[in-house]
Amino acid sequence: MSNPPSPPTAADVPTPQQREPAVTIYERSVEGRRAATMPPLDVPVRELADLIPPRLLRETPAALPEVSEPEIVRHYSRLSRRNFDLDTGPYPLGSCTMKHNPRLNERVAALPGHARLHPAQDPKRAQGALELMWRLERALAEITGLANVSLQPSAGSHGELAGLLLTRAYHGDRGEQRSKVLTPDTSHGTNPATVTMAGYEVVKVATDVRGGVDLDDLRAKLNEDIASLMLTNPNTLGLFDENIAEIAALVHGKGGTLYYDGANLNAIMGRSRPGDMGFDICHLNLHKSFSQPHGGGGPGAGPIAVSDRIAPYLPVPRVVRREGENGSTPRFELDHEAPESIGRLRGFQGNFGVFVRSYAYIRSLGADGLRDASETAVLNANYLLARLRAGSAGRLLPVAFDRLPMHEFVLSGAPAKRELRVKTLDIAKRLLDYGFHPPTIYFPLLVDEALMFEPTETETRESLDQLADAVEAILAEAERDPAILHEAPYTTPVRRLDEAAASRRPVVRQRRA
Amino acid sequence: MLEEIGVESVEELFAAIPADLRLDRPLELPDGISETECFDDLASLAERNADADAETCFLGAGIYDHYVPAIVDAITQRSEFLTPYTPYQPEVSQGGLQVMFEFQTAISELTGLPVANASLYEGPSSVASAAYLALGATKGRKRLVVSRGLHPHSRETLRTYARGFGAEVVEAGLEGGLTDRDALAEAIDEDTAAVFVQSPNFLGGVEDLEALAAAAHERGALAVASVDPISLAVLRPPGECGIDVAVGEGQPLGNRLDYGGPSFGFFAATEEHLRRMPGRIAGEATDADGRRGFVLALQTREQHIRREKATHNICTSQALNALAGVIYLSWLGRRGFVELGELLAQRTAYARDRLAAVAGVEVLHDAPVFREFGLRLAEPVPAVLDRCAGEGLAAGYWLGREYAEYQDGLLVAITERRSKDDIDRLADALERAITEAHRAQARDTRKNASQAGVEA
Repeated sequence: MSNPPSPPTAADVPTPQQREPAVTIYERSVEGRRAATMPPLDVPVRELADLIPPRLLRETPAALPEVSEPEIVRHYSRLSRRNFDLDTGPYPLGSCTMKHNPRLNERVAALPGHARLHPAQDPKRAQGALELMWRLERALAEITGLANVSLQPSAGSHGELAGLLLTRAYHGDRGEQRSKVLTPDTSHGTNPATVTMAGYEVVKVATDVRGGVDLDDLRAKLNEDIASLMLTNPNTLGLFDENIAEIAALVHGKGGTLYYDGANLNAIMGRSRPGDMGFDICHLNLHKSFSQPHGGGGPGAGPIAVSDRIAPYLPVPRVVRREGENGSTPRFELDHEAPESIGRLRGFQGNFGVFVRSYAYIRSLGADGLRDASETAVLNANYLLARLRAGSAGRLLPVAFDRLPMHEFVLSGAPAKRELRVKTLDIAKRLLDYGFHPPTIYFPLLVDEALMFEPTETETRESLDQLADAVEAILAEAERDPAILHEAPYTTPVRRLDEAAASRRPVVRQRRA
Repeated sequence: MLEEIGVESVEELFAAIPADLRLDRPLELPDGISETECFDDLASLAERNADADAETCFLGAGIYDHYVPAIVDAITQRSEFLTPYTPYQPEVSQGGLQVMFEFQTAISELTGLPVANASLYEGPSSVASAAYLALGATKGRKRLVVSRGLHPHSRETLRTYARGFGAEVVEAGLEGGLTDRDALAEAIDEDTAAVFVQSPNFLGGVEDLEALAAAAHERGALAVASVDPISLAVLRPPGECGIDVAVGEGQPLGNRLDYGGPSFGFFAATEEHLRRMPGRIAGEATDADGRRGFVLALQTREQHIRREKATHNICTSQALNALAGVIYLSWLGRRGFVELGELLAQRTAYARDRLAAVAGVEVLHDAPVFREFGLRLAEPVPAVLDRCAGEGLAAGYWLGREYAEYQDGLLVAITERRSKDDIDRLADALERAITEAHRAQARDTRKNASQAGVEA
């Protein structure tokens, strides 16, 4: 297979999309146009002011756009083409697990029995929904090795908050007041942000030379004031922390809980389980490991699985299964009665539509399929790393910690910056011209000029080869003329945007005409 | 591939996992199945739910059976919107970013507040997020005062979060279907960070937001309103009533019922709170060639930059649901939105009168309502609901689930899908159900009396 021609190295001639100015739906509005027609007013009409006191009524209508249906469809279809998406090309965004979104899951989520079910429907007449939730809970319990599950949190960060509130309730029940939570310096930003929101203070734990938790630092910082240690394993360097059993023993020895950030679960499904590692509480990102589409920033879901000692504090309502008498079918109920529960984290039962998709994913793959998915994800990451190292990336973008990674790995762009005067940002922007979404950049923070690749099991060997070739070609361009990278991208609908100015003088809504 | 990596087997790639932590058996899950079998499995579960097609739906309580136009499905199912991540690379995310900008504009227009974010998870957790902002904005204050008219799920969620915030939640009761203004004013003190009201409140009552905001401001507290976005077609927007932060459940805007999620929460505020806002905010920017574009603005508020000093921990939100919201609002348009609001106001008034005329039914309160209202039933509500279900009607929400003082209360919700005929049908069904429940109870009483006679 011959290599595709290189993308343009200058922006001399704007692309058709670049020539198309950004116009908002409000700017397309023309007085009198419309799309929707309301059903007829079939009841006796009264003066609105007789129904609601006039001072409580709106005087000026909201300035929504006046557009026809074809205009709406065209507007949003055109906008959609200004997005890069997973269905178009590789999306090796580290820690985000951009795996294929099976369309079967969209179909079953749209079945009227799911999509048109009101959340306040009597549980007696929502037995299918409750059974689905129960089955999903059981599957997640088995996958995590933690027997008690609540599906309620709406995303990973919501699950994290639940986890720390559970920890607070657990300690409170024992008459303990703890004020600090440990997070490694490699942790996702949501971890420390959650710690603050949950009313704790963050204490950072260092990373050792092998990329794991620095045990000496952990020992030094552990005491009876530490409520929890939040860990990702494999961590954000893509490395499995071999000392996890010892870490768990140390944390438990001081009475703390061990929290598992499930963002990287895709590395170990069917291979190893957070519960067996000694974790007490774990969240899962159904929009990462379990194929819920990311939707450009949600929806997701962040179920939590916990050990028995944490179970009494789980959010309500909980789904319970009552065995039928004399072999009749079991019934499913929503149990609101749990005196020690931390309470609700949101309305109703959670992001049920996401549960349907993830349940369908787990059901489709089964035990073997999930294990295969993780194996392939790990194999793909290692192959991509090997391909990159074999080229000049091995010298210019060395791997940050030289061990076999799991499902993702982190390179450092420091040598490229030093030798070629191109930053990680420049490499990322140039990848856009080559048709790839860049890896996660500048994270984790302890790696200088970090590039974090997670190819997932979705990518084929061919697409991994193309990605490695693109990085190689970009580094060659940089050696030839770093300005090519400095000015990139050239082919995207817009080129580099001035983010600093946008935050200095923020314009966050359409100006009124 | 193994050769390039330099290992003999895939097993070696997992060598870092200590042997005793490797799962030495297959997961105890059913075997994988084909697409057709999986479809059948899910379809058989779905069949066991009485959805809003099977039962004409008068259930509300924050989630409403509005019609979702076909273009919402068509556009939100496009790969380009369905499958990308959060727009961290703006050059290839202009579609999503512009949608956020348009969404923020729509929410700002609806609420009458100048700035809005690009979505939060859903309604009740947005209320709790407003508390987090208020506690930060009124440094040192630790009290949160809520009206009992605030959705029970919002109050419960706020209590859950407040334990982390180290704040106290104090409740002010209702009087005549509306927040008791004296009780509220009494509950607000110099330690109060924010006051939370909902309009229309959980009983459907339209609150006087201006008076409630004034009570909050008198003591230096923020006024937070949780609002039904559809109601803003006819009700005075919070921004014109002195409200500092308006939040709410976005489901009524083009999102399906989905058994309660995913939908989206919205969050709008006065300009001074922009830099404390939670969540993503898209802003206008200019590219290297001077083109107009959009970026994630003010990212230094966010967890991925600011970590423990972030204004919130939220990362993944509800972007696709917010897209459905903005498509829906564009579809309604300026005039359609008002027409929808007026239609609901008229049908609500008709339904309230029609149902309260049924023997054994009376209004729960006389306060003005929009789209939802409370009734009192002379017979036990769960039994009446069961009988209505037998006639293919989800007659409403039993208030006794959440309010001990309204054990006999039924909350009925109206959308543009509930025609006059549907309302008349509900009235007839309620009448029959109440009569039958009354008879059944009378029979039980007689039976018990005669049994008691035998035993005596």
